[in-house]
Amino acid sequence: MADVIIPETPVAAENASTRRTTTMNMGPQHPSTHGVLRIVVDLDGETIVNARPDIGYLHTGIEKEMEVKTWQQGVTLTDRADYLANLSNNLCYSLAVEKLLGLEVPPKAEFTRVMLCELSRIQSHLVSLGTHALDIGAMSFFFYCMREREDILRLFEMFSGQRMMTSYIRIGGLALDHPRGWDKQVKRFLDSFPSKVDQYESLLNENPIWKQRTIGVGVLDVEQLLELGVTGPMIRAGGVAWDVRVDEPYSGYEKFNVQVPVYHNSDVFDRYRVRMFEMRESCRIAKAAMEGMPEGRFKAVAPKVVLPDREQMKTQMESLIHHFKIVTEGFAVPAGEVFQVVESPRGEIGYYVVSDGGSRPYRVHMRTPSFGNLQALPALFKNSLISDSIATLGSMDFTLGDTDR
Amino acid sequence: MVPEDLKENPHLVALGTMAEEFSDAFGELTIYIPRTDIVEACTLLKQRGFNRISAVTAVDWFPVEPRFEVIYHLHRLPVSSTHGAHERLRLKCRVSGENAEIDSVTSVWAGANWYEREIFDLFGIQFRNHPDLTRIMMPDYWEGHPLRKDFPIHGHKYDYAQEQ
Repeated sequence: MADVIIPETPVAAENASTRRTTTMNMGPQHPSTHGVLRIVVDLDGETIVNARPDIGYLHTGIEKEMEVKTWQQGVTLTDRADYLANLSNNLCYSLAVEKLLGLEVPPKAEFTRVMLCELSRIQSHLVSLGTHALDIGAMSFFFYCMREREDILRLFEMFSGQRMMTSYIRIGGLALDHPRGWDKQVKRFLDSFPSKVDQYESLLNENPIWKQRTIGVGVLDVEQLLELGVTGPMIRAGGVAWDVRVDEPYSGYEKFNVQVPVYHNSDVFDRYRVRMFEMRESCRIAKAAMEGMPEGRFKAVAPKVVLPDREQMKTQMESLIHHFKIVTEGFAVPAGEVFQVVESPRGEIGYYVVSDGGSRPYRVHMRTPSFGNLQALPALFKNSLISDSIATLGSMDFTLGDTDR
Repeated sequence: MVPEDLKENPHLVALGTMAEEFSDAFGELTIYIPRTDIVEACTLLKQRGFNRISAVTAVDWFPVEPRFEVIYHLHRLPVSSTHGAHERLRLKCRVSGENAEIDSVTSVWAGANWYEREIFDLFGIQFRNHPDLTRIMMPDYWEGHPLRKDFPIHGHKYDYAQEQ
């Protein structure tokens, strides 16, 4: 995060001798920057000569705070990193700690995790596409997206009691068992959703304004994107079929048939098409997970780590002691380090978790997709029109909570 | 305890004497590289197919000396199905607290840029030959490096003793 006073940059000075450029602030309080992102742009007329993103306005020191929370408490902080894909973050952290503990979660928990992460992917794509289209002027699309997103948030609330900061995926399984009647509600949503995607596509796919604003805009070849650390839909729109769910499966994703959409133009329109495809695909995977939902426990049997069942606590002294111990001082995790990777709606999340054998994480580093994706912003903005840059920004799909942590 | 078959690992063989120590706990290959050799090791590994850097981060082992470890998460991403399998590798460098300095790998992967800035900002490790080594998360006027273990969680400005 730099000072608000704009310094005279060498680039601007150099251009000043030949062509006159104007240096301007985009953000941090600007709706189209999707959060508190500040971009300092050097303009030559309407063309962007140079762009410097300035992040850190939402830095809340989550990684530092993790170090003073117990392992289980850390889950609630992962929610707050990427506030549109909370469950993917919960999952990544939980998987990393479970790997350190050598803990196996029951299949019911795995399937529920997959189902909810896919719903969360749909929900995140809806927000991203809705606001993206709104920036370019397609207002009604935004309302349709928010309508379906609300249905998903209601499902999250039904499962966890929370709409957004769910903390539903915990180390060792899930926070709560399935609520009564969950399957009917989820089924109703998943059955109706594909027709909603058709609706979205009928609004945009053949829309001449949308096509003019997006086709051939924000193009950068995929080698350069990879080099800059971009992941997720942006890479797939450039022709690389890389999806962590397929290539390094976790949480039982190998049991599902995941189709990876690949387009080749690497422009804003293709990124939109990748997300549309992914929403249908996620809907299909969530349905498969729902239909194949195994019976059994929703959390692992590990008395020293996972909270005991309420019923047991009333009858067994041992369970009561374990409960007290876990809640007051947490549990110890064997010393070691793990790098766990998960595919979030935005790309690759990686949690690097280091334990020194204590009851709190020694260090947690979050490799967040938004941080990596945003790094490509100067290259994407260079020589584009300022109006096109808004389209490009929307197609990058980042959340600043995820970037700044 | 290093399993014998790990020594046959082609990456380790290629790195030769640059690989000081190694382990494969949880199936994740970790190699310690001397601080001065990091750019050379990264260039070599990039030629061996590690085309992207997933993240760079650091750990502070204060008060142990050398207190910092800089960690590079490398990823071999096959661009098409004929290019083999995905592979991940972790490189580590020990950096002392007194002379907290290491060469930047931005010349190898441009994507390391922001990660190194983040480490500079939050741990106070200097990266030589970095194109733009400025604070990224904290404001420019900030004193100290928050992720160091000797930086209190509530910051330096707030004093609990004074409050009472």
